[in-house]
Amino acid sequence: MDRLKLEGITKEFPGTLANDRVDLSVVPGEIHALLGQNGAGKSTLVKMIYGVLAPDAGRMFWEGQETTIASPAQARRLGIGMVFQHFSLFESLTVAENVALVLRDAGSMDDLSRRIVEVGDRYGLSLDPRRHVHDLSVGERQRVEIARCLMREPRLLIMDEPTSVLTPQEADRLFMTLRQLKAEGCSILYISHKLAEIQALCDRATILRGGRVVGACDPARESPRSMAEMMIGQELSQPHREPVEATGPVRLEVDGLSTATGAPFATEIRDARFSVRAGEIFGIAGVAGSGQAELLLALSGEVRVAPASLKIDGKPAGGLGPAERRALGLALVPEERLGRGAVPALSLADNTVLTGWKTRGLVRGGWVEGAKATALAAAIIKRLGVKARGPADEAGSLSGGNLQKFIVGREISAEPRLLVVAQPTWGVDAGAAAAIHRELIGLAERGAAVLVISQDLDELFLLCDRLAVLYHGRLSPPRRTADTNVEQIGLLMGGMFEAAENADAA
Amino acid sequence: MPLDLRLEQRPQASAAWRYGAPLLAIAITLCAGAALFAVLGYPPAHSLKVFFIDPVSSVEGLAELALKATPLMLCAVGLSIGFRANVWNIGAEGQFVIGALAGGGLCLALQGDGGGWWLLPLMVVAGVLGGMAWAAIPAFLRTRFNANEILVSLMLTYVAVLLLQFLVHGPWKDPAGFNFPQSEMFAEGGLLPVLVEGTRLNLGTLVALAILGLAWAVLTRGLFGFQIRVIGQAPLAAAYAGFDQRRMIWASLLLSGALAGLAGVFEIAGPVGQLTPAIPQNYGFTAIIVAFLGRLHPVGILLGSLVIALSYLGGESAQILLRLPVAVAGVFQGMLLFFLLACDVLIRYRIRLGHSVRRAV
Amino acid sequence: MSPDVIAAVMMSVVAAATPLLLAALGELVTEKAGVLNLGVEGMMLIGAVAGFAAAMLTGSWIVGIVAAAFAGMAMALIFAVLALTLLANQVATGLALTIIGVGLSALVGRPFIGVPLPRLPQLYVPGLTDLPVVGRLIFGQDLLVYLSFALVVGIWWFLEKSRAGLVLRAVGESHDSAHAIGYPVIGIRYLATLFGGACCGLGGAYLSLAVTPMWAENMVAGRGWIALALVVFATWKPVRTLAGAYLFGGLAFGQLFLQGLGFSIPSQFLSMLPYVATIVVLTLISRDATRIRLNTPACLGKSYHPDH
Repeated sequence: MDRLKLEGITKEFPGTLANDRVDLSVVPGEIHALLGQNGAGKSTLVKMIYGVLAPDAGRMFWEGQETTIASPAQARRLGIGMVFQHFSLFESLTVAENVALVLRDAGSMDDLSRRIVEVGDRYGLSLDPRRHVHDLSVGERQRVEIARCLMREPRLLIMDEPTSVLTPQEADRLFMTLRQLKAEGCSILYISHKLAEIQALCDRATILRGGRVVGACDPARESPRSMAEMMIGQELSQPHREPVEATGPVRLEVDGLSTATGAPFATEIRDARFSVRAGEIFGIAGVAGSGQAELLLALSGEVRVAPASLKIDGKPAGGLGPAERRALGLALVPEERLGRGAVPALSLADNTVLTGWKTRGLVRGGWVEGAKATALAAAIIKRLGVKARGPADEAGSLSGGNLQKFIVGREISAEPRLLVVAQPTWGVDAGAAAAIHRELIGLAERGAAVLVISQDLDELFLLCDRLAVLYHGRLSPPRRTADTNVEQIGLLMGGMFEAAENADAA
Repeated sequence: MPLDLRLEQRPQASAAWRYGAPLLAIAITLCAGAALFAVLGYPPAHSLKVFFIDPVSSVEGLAELALKATPLMLCAVGLSIGFRANVWNIGAEGQFVIGALAGGGLCLALQGDGGGWWLLPLMVVAGVLGGMAWAAIPAFLRTRFNANEILVSLMLTYVAVLLLQFLVHGPWKDPAGFNFPQSEMFAEGGLLPVLVEGTRLNLGTLVALAILGLAWAVLTRGLFGFQIRVIGQAPLAAAYAGFDQRRMIWASLLLSGALAGLAGVFEIAGPVGQLTPAIPQNYGFTAIIVAFLGRLHPVGILLGSLVIALSYLGGESAQILLRLPVAVAGVFQGMLLFFLLACDVLIRYRIRLGHSVRRAV
Repeated sequence: MSPDVIAAVMMSVVAAATPLLLAALGELVTEKAGVLNLGVEGMMLIGAVAGFAAAMLTGSWIVGIVAAAFAGMAMALIFAVLALTLLANQVATGLALTIIGVGLSALVGRPFIGVPLPRLPQLYVPGLTDLPVVGRLIFGQDLLVYLSFALVVGIWWFLEKSRAGLVLRAVGESHDSAHAIGYPVIGIRYLATLFGGACCGLGGAYLSLAVTPMWAENMVAGRGWIALALVVFATWKPVRTLAGAYLFGGLAFGQLFLQGLGFSIPSQFLSMLPYVATIVVLTLISRDATRIRLNTPACLGKSYHPDH
């Protein structure tokens, strides 16, 4: 008997059909992959299984019985647990309080804390129930999420892109926990677009594209390439780049940069040193919370640093603001698209003024040149193939991938001498990701220095000539991409600088 | 959900409802007003006529309407700049009073020999500076000490009103005024020229309209207006763009203070002609309603100020003709703002009752 | 100063502090759920007029108190429908609530202007209440004073120790997470808002039934705004709210003291004292931005729509 069976599940949002007559079955004791690009409808589907969203049509069966799952509380009563991609944790509460919130009979806090430690020990998730969540690393937070589910002894565990925030070593540890759960008879619905880990972990896979099921397979018998083609629906054409030894002038020099953002829960940067030359793509890896966000603020000028600790084209720029740094030839794509990189309620034309007001002639004598902004937006839309009706569209009405193409296009069209880009393809579908990668490579070939800050190691190895790793605000010495590998960078991302050195020697 | 209605987000804001919502809100307010009159025991149709038609059925009436609308539009356009930037100056009333005190005080000090043509311009400058100074306090405390500008600007309103009372009861009391708490009347040079003979309509209204036009240009086409919008809607994007948030807080508070102060001077140099404890007429607070009613947009504010000014006149006429308490005007204004806020939901959401339409499989 | 004078001054401190305390405690609970209701002043005014009217018309102060609580709740309900269901801007809606509270209370209260009413009865325990100084202070207060103290303890226990309080804090901390794990965010916020409204109603009633047992237009005179400042001052903690309210109540003592010293300060300047003090205190406490940010409910004032 299937543990969970879906028939004809359909969900429509205004303007998009997120799930179209989806069928799915999960049997006891299997790890079942749900595979698809961003926007394929995976998250919508599992949100319906977990009762966060209600389907418009279709039937659900739980252990043979037809059910409707009206709320997460009901899903949990049935025995369904879910670990969200964006954790549903409360930062200002303790680990124990976070767990108590999902249990119906939490009992006293002392008692609960004991039980949390027990469950943690049993599944290899070490946890301190008294700590506040805001003090925890991303990996630790995920352990809290998982422990929170396991406290209720679920029979189906849903994991939404669990490894996107982990180092490769942390991911391996997670897989051990999942295999142990599987051996105990728990079913796991595993959502990912990382094909290698699906091959390593999963028993079966269902592939979604454009909201529909387009195939099912046994991952062990497929190659990553064949699965990727099923996922994308066409042959994969990824851009490729041979690492180069750049000899051009130094565009960005970071020498002893430290931050004091003063924000709560920030990971301050301590004494970072590196430089990026013209024609080079330099990568900075690190898990979430390692200081990437703070480094980006220091590079953009949103947070000022000691003037001499950051030089653009040889000029001290640490004390300058974002607009003044742009005048020196810097362009920057931030991590958050809506609300930082673009203003959702403003038109695409107005959004070009956001970074072009001082340097690109879009403002004259204090007045915004609307026609110029519209023309620039139209040019960006055309060049990157942004799916929008025109420059008058609100930025917030674009899909994530299209908005990212627009923002990258806006920054690159300034022909900067130095481009800093954070998480360039996070949450972006494969087609848009390839387009963005091509633009970055092209910019470097035209002689710009490019700095890519990313959590995605595949992306960094694809693009970069040299790599450095951030851990707890400290930056490792850079290495040439050709001289290192994923395992070594993974160790550095986990803070094991010594182990990485040993791996180097080996 | 306690109410059985669902909101469905529109992909883009609805332009039609952006302008439709205030009209719908006015219509609902009139209906609710009729109901209120009925409950209070007054004939609804006749009362509405007394309230909203009678006051403007003569040239004098229209002039009074423009006169009432002037301080409202001045205060509201200033406030709207801050509201766009998420800077909540709700102390325009206090800045209005300090503007009146600064301008009036200057006039009392200098009018000894009747004053000259220079008196009025000096009063205007003093009033503007006074309003700015009063608004500079919340700006300083917010940018330097992170103190909430809503509470600071509001507390300062109480202080300003008490200061006015102290002055007209004490040092600035007219010695020949039979001990009434009011100042001397201003000399001719300290009064705004009247535009239409036989009415109280004065130059201040024209100045206010000109300011409204300037604000319209700057807010819709100027870099300043763009910066204000970005800071209000997406503060992180503003930081990323390199807009200085502190400078915007200062600018929006000083500008709204200046305009409220100007409105205060126009009030004493126009219809009032002296300093009295009755100068605060709640214009500064009511301007908040005007700003929202006008979509924080200068043209909307012009229309909104006329609507609210009419409710002031209606309140007075209802008090005289129907013996209704003046407070009715306040209730009308409050209801209007409520219904407007409720109707605004239609701009970004569609309302669906019950469940969403099921898709046939 | 004689013991009698000291006792009288202390009683006046209690009278000044209680309405602030009641309103601030209610707003604290509302804000802990992530809702910023700036309509405290309006709710207090409506509570004051409703309490006075009900007490006068029925002759029962208990009916007056209950009516005030319900009137405050009715106002809060309007706020909740607009800001929580219809997603209106919370700052604007709160301002609207105050504006309409001023107008409506003036309209409704017109027949009651200048009508005297006996003060809320105060406890009398033979022997204990007659003790010098502390007797009346501890054993001679009215129901609402004792209630305000009970609320301090009750709200502290609720927020820190009870499961329901944990859920309320969770909703104020992250409405998305709370929704994701299945809590009815909007429903919980409705309850917190209504509780806040009831407390503000009671705070208003204390003014019109106990401090000066009569109705006068705009008699709350900015105390609602001071209560809002108190919540920030207390960094969203009930016991500190108590301390803050009594600190402000103590200003009454300060005023008497200054006059007692024989300074001829115009009455207007004395009246400015609480407003100026609010600004000073707010500035001092807000200076530590990190501390404020750590204690502020992370979702305070943000609209929530479950489909996002």
